Amino acid sequence: MSKKPTSAAALNDDIGEETRLELYRSQVNIREAEQRAFDLFLQNLVKGTSHLSLGQEAVAAGFAVAMKKGDLSFCTYRGHAHTLARGVPVEKVLGELMQRDNGLMRGKGGSMHLTSEEHGVMGSYAIIGAHLPIACGAAWRAQYKGHSDVTTCFFGDGTTNIGAFHEALNFAAVWKLPVIFVCENNLYMEYTPISEVTAVEHPAADRASAYGLERIVIDGNDADVVYRTAMKAYEKARAGGGPSLIECMTYRHSGHSRADPAKYRPEGELERWKERDPIKIYRERLKQFGIGDDAVAKIDADIKRIVDEATEACKASPNPPMDILTTDVYADGGWAWRN
Amino acid sequence: MAELTYRDAVARGIAQEMARDPDVVFLGEDVAKAGGVFKATVGLYEQFGPLRVRDTPISEQAILGAAMGAAMTGLKPIAEIMFSDFFAVCFDYIANEVPKSRYMTNGQTKCPLVVRTGNGAGSRFGAQHSQSVENWCMMIPGLKVVAPSSPVDVIGLLAAAVRDPDPVIFLEHKSLYGTKGEVPDGEILDKLGTAKILRPGKDATIIALALMVPRALQAAERLAIEHGIDCEVIDVRSLIPLDTQTILGSVAKTHHCFSVEENPRLCGWGAEIMSIIADEAFYDLDGPLVRITTPHIPLPAADILEDAILPTVDRIVDRVRRTLKA
Repeated sequence: MSKKPTSAAALNDDIGEETRLELYRSQVNIREAEQRAFDLFLQNLVKGTSHLSLGQEAVAAGFAVAMKKGDLSFCTYRGHAHTLARGVPVEKVLGELMQRDNGLMRGKGGSMHLTSEEHGVMGSYAIIGAHLPIACGAAWRAQYKGHSDVTTCFFGDGTTNIGAFHEALNFAAVWKLPVIFVCENNLYMEYTPISEVTAVEHPAADRASAYGLERIVIDGNDADVVYRTAMKAYEKARAGGGPSLIECMTYRHSGHSRADPAKYRPEGELERWKERDPIKIYRERLKQFGIGDDAVAKIDADIKRIVDEATEACKASPNPPMDILTTDVYADGGWAWRN
Repeated sequence: MAELTYRDAVARGIAQEMARDPDVVFLGEDVAKAGGVFKATVGLYEQFGPLRVRDTPISEQAILGAAMGAAMTGLKPIAEIMFSDFFAVCFDYIANEVPKSRYMTNGQTKCPLVVRTGNGAGSRFGAQHSQSVENWCMMIPGLKVVAPSSPVDVIGLLAAAVRDPDPVIFLEHKSLYGTKGEVPDGEILDKLGTAKILRPGKDATIIALALMVPRALQAAERLAIEHGIDCEVIDVRSLIPLDTQTILGSVAKTHHCFSVEENPRLCGWGAEIMSIIADEAFYDLDGPLVRITTPHIPLPAADILEDAILPTVDRIVDRVRRTLKA
């Protein structure tokens, strides 16, 4: 009955089974880890704040899968997804959220500052807009040194109304930098609908023309669309074609932060977007391309096991030791400011 | 050995480092083709070309953000913020991003950059182009803060700042750009975190920074001639790292200490140093610790008003004399 996919080629699949499974795996990995972060928060094991990307997985997965090794990511405080998507182990991320010694930064940064330079994750920035100019600098280095890597900078719709957004867009365009600005438009700047506080319908894309850039709005819940758009932008940037600004329409299933029950949503909105859940969409897509349930089930089980094991490892991890309190203020490893 | 202005010393210091290390790049507003609004970077664009010496838009956040991103990924940028007052429009980078990234990431992120800026009063520019903001910078963990007072120190400390693996705020005093000093030939490299005793003395210690250094020296000469008071004058030079040993050593000898600060009085750099002296050298003291500062008001534009508000040689002489003769 089920004919094995020579059909992928027949369906003119430009993405291919291997990449599709990678896209799926990445999204499920984010979904499970984020859901676990939420559960651990309810158990009072995730401390401080946390900002989940439940519902926004396709953006992180689509871009990260399109990146090459050596490409750099700059994220916001809503950065767990982008950090995981670059291959940072779940345990490292959950450990940091739980502020344990096994965390990515041993608890010194917290959930809003996830950084793993060895994976190209150059930081998660908690001051809105701050990292857009910083991403420009990383891209400038690539341009100056003749490196082929491209820098991607992720941010939310709320970022488009702060000055650093506009400074960075102009700067990147004038210097023709290899940087991709990715706006995850999830319709809300924290608690307020972005449409209530923005002069244009598409907060990022409708500003693109001011910086001589193409207006790009895509379905951010379809990982294929994201992946194709990302590939095109990376190709252009690597060829010296300068920056791109891409607005991805998406929706967060949870509140802004762990403190937010999201009561401001109109009735039915969340349910409508859940119909367009990126993982649901992608399961359908895999089916459509003849990728069997077995492969999907194996990934689901794999991820579940990894997240379970990570959770146990984090629970078993000690708190950070006191001796790291004063390390790494300065490059000599210490904090001495006087003799 | 040649006589050089403080202004030309800036360009020479940058050129020395750019010639030495191809990863050193320089960006800022009007710094390249125009040679800087204070003409402190004339000739660099011609010498090092448009890829290494770059004019930017009026975008202070983009300037410091780009410098940070470049520093994180392998370059050694020197960024100019035209007036130090403009730190207020890019303070996120100075206070939150540049200094804290290394700590927050448990040592992953490196940020070896230099932010040069025109600091201080005396140009009759009014309250938003004349401030001394060294105290804004000194209070932030993770930064290093330097303020040279002479051409030779400009070159040596700038070189040390560029080669330092930490972010350094380099405060050039606008009213010193035209001053001259002897500068040796060849490479000059100084050391951050070192104060300099510019005039040895036995009766009182005067600590000063930037434009206040020549005033403190003049005051010391007058105090010696007119009042027989022999002052030791220390150019603090580097607020972070702070050379407390040189200062404490001097106070142990003179038993009196005066700070001459251009920054407004509250939370000025001298307050921190005086508190260290009070904590650690209290029993060395024979009199009160006295801070001579700009009062806690915005700076006026009119020359007669601006001159009246900054610490002057007369004020320093008067305060030291009255304190020691009390």
